[in-house]
Amino acid sequence: MDITTYAIDLTIKPTTFDLWHVCLAGTVAVLAGLLIVVMFMMLSSLLRRNEVAAPAVQIVEKVVHAEPVVQIVEKIVEVPVDRIVEVEKIIEKIVQAPAPAPIVLKESSPDAALQLLYLLQNDARFIDFIKEDMTEHSDEDVGMVARVIHEGCNKVLDEHFSFASICRENEGDKIVLSDGYDAAKVRVTGNIVGNPPFTGTVIHKGWQITDVRLPNTVQGYNVNIIAPAEVEL
Amino acid sequence: MSFFEQMKKKAVESAPNKPHKEGASSTEPIKQTAAESVSVKNDGDVSDSAPLKSDTVLASSKAPTESKTHDLSTSVINHSVGRKYAVGIDLGTTHCVMSYADITEGGDDFTQQVMGISQLTSPSVIEEKLQLPSFLYQAHSAELPENSIVLPWNAKPEYIVGEIARNLGSKTPIRLVSSAKSWLCHAGVDCKSPILPPDAPEDVKRISPFQATQAYLEHMSAAWLRLHPNAPLGDQDVVITVPASFDPAARELTVEAARSVGLGQAILLEEPQAALYSWIDQTHGEWRKQAKTGDIILVIDVGGGTTDLSLIAVTEKDGVLDLTRIAVGNHILLGGDNMDLALAYTVKAKIEKEGKRLESWQVQALTHGCRDAKEKLFSSQMTSVPIVVPSRGSSLIDGVLRSELTIDEVRRVLIDGFLPQVAVSERPVTQTRTGLRTTGLPYAQDAGITRHLAAFLAKQQNAADEFESINLPENATFLHPTAVLFNGGVFKAQALTERLMAVLNNWLRVENAPEARLLAGVDLDLAVARGAAYYGFVRKGKGVRIKGGTAASYYVGIESAMPAVPGMPPEIHALCIAPFGMEEGSQVELPDEEFGLVIGEQVRFKFFASTTRREDIVGTRLDYWQDDELSELNEIEVVLDTEGRRAGEIIPVHLGSAVTEVGTLELQAMSNVDSGRWKIEFDVRN
Repeated sequence: MDITTYAIDLTIKPTTFDLWHVCLAGTVAVLAGLLIVVMFMMLSSLLRRNEVAAPAVQIVEKVVHAEPVVQIVEKIVEVPVDRIVEVEKIIEKIVQAPAPAPIVLKESSPDAALQLLYLLQNDARFIDFIKEDMTEHSDEDVGMVARVIHEGCNKVLDEHFSFASICRENEGDKIVLSDGYDAAKVRVTGNIVGNPPFTGTVIHKGWQITDVRLPNTVQGYNVNIIAPAEVEL
Repeated sequence: MSFFEQMKKKAVESAPNKPHKEGASSTEPIKQTAAESVSVKNDGDVSDSAPLKSDTVLASSKAPTESKTHDLSTSVINHSVGRKYAVGIDLGTTHCVMSYADITEGGDDFTQQVMGISQLTSPSVIEEKLQLPSFLYQAHSAELPENSIVLPWNAKPEYIVGEIARNLGSKTPIRLVSSAKSWLCHAGVDCKSPILPPDAPEDVKRISPFQATQAYLEHMSAAWLRLHPNAPLGDQDVVITVPASFDPAARELTVEAARSVGLGQAILLEEPQAALYSWIDQTHGEWRKQAKTGDIILVIDVGGGTTDLSLIAVTEKDGVLDLTRIAVGNHILLGGDNMDLALAYTVKAKIEKEGKRLESWQVQALTHGCRDAKEKLFSSQMTSVPIVVPSRGSSLIDGVLRSELTIDEVRRVLIDGFLPQVAVSERPVTQTRTGLRTTGLPYAQDAGITRHLAAFLAKQQNAADEFESINLPENATFLHPTAVLFNGGVFKAQALTERLMAVLNNWLRVENAPEARLLAGVDLDLAVARGAAYYGFVRKGKGVRIKGGTAASYYVGIESAMPAVPGMPPEIHALCIAPFGMEEGSQVELPDEEFGLVIGEQVRFKFFASTTRREDIVGTRLDYWQDDELSELNEIEVVLDTEGRRAGEIIPVHLGSAVTEVGTLELQAMSNVDSGRWKIEFDVRN
């Protein structure tokens, strides 16, 4: 046979319909079908991967606990197993390549802070007191006014925050910190050696806020003004 | 179509609840999917788990063990469509409080909560508070920053009410409307004419006490709607409290104000009764052990501006305890605010002795300081508390005003001043005031609450005569209460309740009667609103209901047919038109007394009330009565419309009265010749 006869001319249509052609067409169809199936599965699992963070493997584990009741699906499924396993591998690969979490620095919004200053000044004259030159006044005068300010500030704090102490033990009592204690809640100091559990003395019982009830403000409200000037007419 | 799509379809079909939206029905399908997956897996094919994954996302590792009912119940609570609430509104002189309970289920459980009312606390700042101060501020157009008066439900509220009004008004009293409620019951003023604030200069816009009441109710209604968008207040069982001493006109005005803001279904309840309902609610059924047949419960309700007294009898009927409100006191304008003011003036006098002059803002600051100091002195062992009024400028210490309040002063001023140890025969002192302005409220002249109490108990000595189980000794000079319930913030000071009990028990001892017990347990600030909400529940047929009806009998004054005597006004007879204790929903007529009314003309009657004449039936005609038996209320008025009739024509009518389900008194003139009926109005004031 001439070499040119091996060149593929796509325009040519088979003129004879023999077994070879049928086999060829069948093979092409099966391969194309397989390709489509694999592509589809990859695509669908990728899409689901985006929706759900749980790895596919976990689901397999989960289903083990349930009892087989419904048996509809087994009849239909004729897809060879190995291809499915392939898909799972792809999923696992995605799971195993987490992007390194970027370090985000949270910027505090000044609004709430200014609002608190407003409340402390408005209800308790806090800013007036702190900003006053104390060197000019006697301890007696300062103490007298401090009582008023202290009372007012306490009222403001109680009205807008719920306070709780972190340690139930009294200050000065012994405390045992078990392994895995929350280092954000308890700060150990001094002779920090060895491994938890640590035994120590409560120096400060700690404060935490359990509830915040700050007022709402109207759009366009200037939070920078914590005490308007007062002019009597 | 791929195999997988087919499979997915099939799998979805096999799990009927699959297309769920939220967690409501999550557990059921999860079990199914799990089952399917297993069956597939058993055949060595786990492909099924992938398409189902998105649906199983809701299943935590523990999910299959969670009960289905739990999920469903939470999803029901999340929407308030079709919910029904019992709402109590304490429309107080100085504060309003709202309390509510869900009564949709109709069960016997009743758990209520006090609603936080969103309100402005200063310009542009909105906070939720349990109390809405009953103040209204008429701001100058240039006074506040633009767009700073905004509410979550209204970008341009018509009135400034609540905490902000009180705060702004404390520095600019000429623009502050306060105590609107006391004005509603003030004889001699038209409550729908703009009279508040009474001391305002010309260019401050005045409003009527009625409008102020509307504004408070409207604010609460809107605050409610914001929290319960699917259950407007107009569709709930609303109970509004009024002082027991409110006259028919003031009750009518309150109901009218409620109607005008869409609360046409609201009904009225007397405040001392509300306090007792709250006590009943708080005892969780134990009240039947604490109260017994023959008890007379005295409710002493001292609010910010008023003192309200009521007597409630405990009787037994068919083995069940019955409660009947048998008497209410007069409208006494004397309350906790008077006490704080009295202390402030005591301290002011001390400071002025040192040669300093006080400005009005300093007196006000002193009042605040004294209120706190009083509470501290009463609740601790301290003998004196310093009172410091810092200067108004940014330097606190320069110009600071300093004094102290001692426990002896508090005892002298509050306990001996307001609760003097008097004999039960003493009566409040009244002096004829000279130059009394009609634009002011008729404040009580005698601050001695115990004297008012003595007068009340003596006047109501026969209030319980109709009950067989209650017998006073022969020599009794006053009605002997056997139990006392206190209400109102001033009674947080135990020293005051102790003194009142001591005085009362002293009176009882003199007449050899057993000492009265103290019924404790109500929240002194919130009890009235709570009791009102509980009353909404009681009206559904749950729990005990206090009976009572009208707290007075009512009379119209008619001129006697006598030859005119020069220089003498025609003699007035009082014709009973509504008897004492008339129940809600009942009505009476006086067919025998015929009046000729002129069409198109205004006809006025004198109108009287008596809280002691219990025996008078409708139609009783009095030609003589003791001064303290009948008290004259505002005149009532009827105008016969000319519709279908000739002006000037005289129509024979008779009078009738009805107590509405809402709790107001209605007077009517009914034609004797046709079916014409005309309402007789109360709220016409000179």
